[in-house]
This record gives sequence, C-alpha cells and structure tokens, in this order.
Amino acid sequence: MSDKIKVFYEVPADDFTRAGEASSNLKSMLKKMGMNPETVRKVAIAMYEGEINMVIHASGGTIDVTVSQEEIEMVLKDQGPGIADIEMAMRAGYSTAPDKVRSLGFGAGMGLPNMKKYSDELKIESQVGIGTTVTMKVKIQC
Amino acid sequence: MSKFFTSVHLKEDLCMGCINCIKRCPTQAIRVRNGKAVITKEFCIDCGECIRLCPHHAKEATYDSPEIMKRFEYTVALPAPSLYGQFNHLDDVNIVLTALKKMGFDDVYEVSGAAEIVSEMSRKYVAEHKEKWPIISTACPSVVRLIQVRFPNLIEHLLPICAPVDIAAATARKLAMEKTGLPAEKIGIIFISPCPAKVTAVKAPIGIQKSEIDAVLAMKEVYPILLPLMMQSIDDVEELSISGRIGIGWGSTGGEAGSLLSESYLAADGIENVIRVLEDLEDQKFDQLEFIELNACAGGCVGGVLTVENPYVAKVKLKRLRRYLPVACSHLESGDEENRIWTDEVKYEPVFKLGNDMKESITNMSRVEEFCEKFPRLDCGSCGAPTCKALAEDIVRGVAHEQDCIHILRDYIHKLSDELSKLDTKK
Repeated sequence: MSDKIKVFYEVPADDFTRAGEASSNLKSMLKKMGMNPETVRKVAIAMYEGEINMVIHASGGTIDVTVSQEEIEMVLKDQGPGIADIEMAMRAGYSTAPDKVRSLGFGAGMGLPNMKKYSDELKIESQVGIGTTVTMKVKIQC
Repeated sequence: MSKFFTSVHLKEDLCMGCINCIKRCPTQAIRVRNGKAVITKEFCIDCGECIRLCPHHAKEATYDSPEIMKRFEYTVALPAPSLYGQFNHLDDVNIVLTALKKMGFDDVYEVSGAAEIVSEMSRKYVAEHKEKWPIISTACPSVVRLIQVRFPNLIEHLLPICAPVDIAAATARKLAMEKTGLPAEKIGIIFISPCPAKVTAVKAPIGIQKSEIDAVLAMKEVYPILLPLMMQSIDDVEELSISGRIGIGWGSTGGEAGSLLSESYLAADGIENVIRVLEDLEDQKFDQLEFIELNACAGGCVGGVLTVENPYVAKVKLKRLRRYLPVACSHLESGDEENRIWTDEVKYEPVFKLGNDMKESITNMSRVEEFCEKFPRLDCGSCGAPTCKALAEDIVRGVAHEQDCIHILRDYIHKLSDELSKLDTKK
C-alpha cells in the first residue's frame, strides 16, 4: 500500500469562474481524511492564493500535491512571465495586476505574503520569460 | 437522546427507490439500499430539501399533532414570524394571534418579539467582538449543524446568542408561571414552526443544554385551522402583538442582518448558496464584513418546507405588514442578558472520516482514488450513491460493494459469459 497520495490539478488560464476549484477540491479531500482543521485551513488559503496567482499572471499552470503522513506538499508550476524581483513581490500590497483584474477585486498584491504566512516552507524559483515554480509545504499537526 | 437526531423520516411504502433525493441532498446523506432511500443520521442537517423535492412524497418531517395541547393545563403558542406571511390581505397580526387563542391556546408569545431582543443583543455583541468578524448568525439550526460537522474553522465565528424561539419559550414559561401559579411542567410551550430543523433543535439543541419548547406544530397543519378562526376574530381582535418591523422582518432573508443597522453584512439563502459562502469564508475570501446571515431555505424562514405560501409572495406580504409598524416593540431588560447566551461550547463533530490516523486515511484515500479510476464517472446514481466518488468512499468505509456499480457488474457478467462460452466450445 502506498504511504503517500498524489493529486494533480490543471489550472485553466483566465477563467475566474474556475479559479479556486483545485484548492476547494483539495480542501474537501483533506477534510474527509480527518485532517486537523488548522492544517486544512493553512493548506486551503495558501493553495488558493497560489492558484489565483497562476490565473492572473501566468495563463494557468499545473499543481502537484503530495500528501504524506507528515506534510502536504504543493508544487505550482507555470510557464508565465516569471517574477523579476521576488523580494519586491513578497511585500504586502505590491501589485502589477492589470486593470481588468483589479476591477474584479483581485490584484491587491500577489498574495505571496499570505502564502508565506500559511505555509511552513515556501520556495520560489522563477526565471523571467520562462516561468515560475512555487513549492509550499504545510506540516500536518496532530 | 442520540447525539445525531434527525427529524426527516422516510415513508417506506411510498419510496420508489429513485435517485431524486440522493442526487440533490446537499450533504450526500442519502443512499438507496435494497430499493429504498436510507438517511445517514450523522450527515443529515435537516434542511428539508428531500422533503421538498421527493416526487412520491416519501419523506416527511416529524412534528407534533395539535392534540398535544390537551396534555397541559395551560398552553402558550409561539408563532414564528413567517406565519404572518401565509395569509392573504392580512393587515394586523393581532388577527392571527387572536385566532390562535380561539384555537385553544391560553396565551400567545410572538417569536418576533424575542427576535427584537436578539437583534439588540447582536448589535452589542458584533460591536464588542471585532476579532470574531464576520460573525455568523445562529438562528437557522441547519446552518449551525452544517458548520459543526463540516466547517470546524468557522465555529469560532458563530453568534453565541440563543435563537429567538428559545428566548421566546423561556420568557413565555416564566410569564405563564407568574400569571397562573402553575408549576413549570403543567405549562405547554408550543412552537408553530416553518421547518423540521426546529424540531431537531428542540430534541438535540446546540449551544444550550435543554430547549424550553415542549412541542412543535407544523405551520401547514395550523394554517387550515386558523383560517376560519381568523374570520371569526375580526370583530373582537385582542391587542396581543409585541413586535415591530424588526421582529417581523426576521421571517425572511435579510431581516436579521438588516436589524443590526450596519451596511457591512451579507445575507445568503438556499442551502447550496450557504455552502458556497461558507467555503469562501473558510478560504478567507471576505474581509471587512461584520456579519453573515445564513438561511438554509430559499427566501429565509418563509421558504421552510412546513409553510404553505410561495416564499417570495410571503416575503412581500411580510413587507406590507411591517410598513406601518414601529421599528421595535420588545426591548432587553437589564439583567436578562445572561440567560440568553449559549452555555455550551460547540465542538467540531467530524462525521466523515476515512481513517483514525493519517496512515490509515492515506491508505483509504488511495483506495478511493483507485476505485474512482475504475468507475465510469457517469454519476448515474444506479448504485444508490449520488456520485461515483461517493460509491468509492462507501466501499472503502465498508458499506457498499464494487459490484453495486451496474457498469462494473455488466463487465463482470460479460467476462463470465465469455468464459462460459469457452467452456462450452471445449465440450
């Protein structure tokens, strides 16, 4: 029997009606597994922020989730524009979102600070013009 | 009383074993087994959707018969504000209240009066507990139950104030005891309810030890009794009403939130919409909201399954009734606040668990995923579960079998007949 569960999600580009589908699907799965509510909350918020980022900035992407006994790992990959200055993007409120997106109420900063706040480990690898890979880990509390 | 009480029941002889209820139950609490619907008590939140949509009328709510009044020496009727929305051309709620007395009740105490007290307490609570914003209303028992079993992270946002009907019951009993000198048990406090969830809230309350309500009558059964009595009451209407616009507004969506006199609220109704709001709230998609009013029924309490009028028409009728009323008629008296807040902590009840520890859960969740791969993903419901995924979960929990899926069974039979024919040719 496997001691890990792997789930794969595709995040469609520019479809705001479906943004959040992956995180809500994962949330429902974790709840059914009897995961501690605080852990579920952290994963749901961190993943939602990441998912929305991919929709707004990177014309979609993919998410690989691995649930083990100790932690939940989320790897969000996109072939978007990349982040030129990660440090700047980590600042609360910093945003390059276009008007179309802001008019929808999004774009109040990249959500990276929120992703950092709710994950126990956050790694961002990005190359301008090639894409971004965000890896987040949330430890499972008992 | 079992921890998981539900007031929705199945009339087995009427159930055809169709898939209408399993497909539309918002908590996936129903399965068809051996040709009949079975409700899993742990999952049911008494929203009444299955009662509303069953084409064979095989689902019913449990409630008391008006006969129950005879059991008590003195009875007080507690009409829910939604009751006033059931009648045509009503311009004075006192006609309904007088008719209730003619029906045999010794007195009436309007739930809408108690609602005004809850509004007053809520205004204070919301202002003093910014750290808990948005605060979620707790007047709809289905919503409270849903949060308790499915949204553990939102429990801390629940408004810890007793529902209007519970406050009305306690006050009515106290007043009746003072007036008659009778002991508490000889007084019958009887609620006239728009929904089955309130029946459950009486039998298995959340947030309080015991409900003060002795019996619950269905609005739809009281309605035909009241109609002729209202005609008789027109000439000698008693002044019994203790509520104003705020209290009566509670009968439909937005009434409770509107009574907080703040613009920063959201009011959602209909169980599917409620679930969406709770999901989004859990992901912290709302900020700067002070209050969230949630009602399981479309339109609010006027949409309850035990009402008779179209909820949207009833809402208009309530609006018309409220027009010339004072803002509020019932007010909080000092020293009363304490008995009106929740005494019991609401604890998370994880009713759906695939394992007792992470290891077991991971193993079981992998099995669910494996079964899902095998199934055709038609979500046809022929197996008795609402979706292929639900069947997979049932199998892993040991309450269903792989061959409950007719598509898997068909493949199995094909394989079997192939092998049989091979045996045949060998002969």
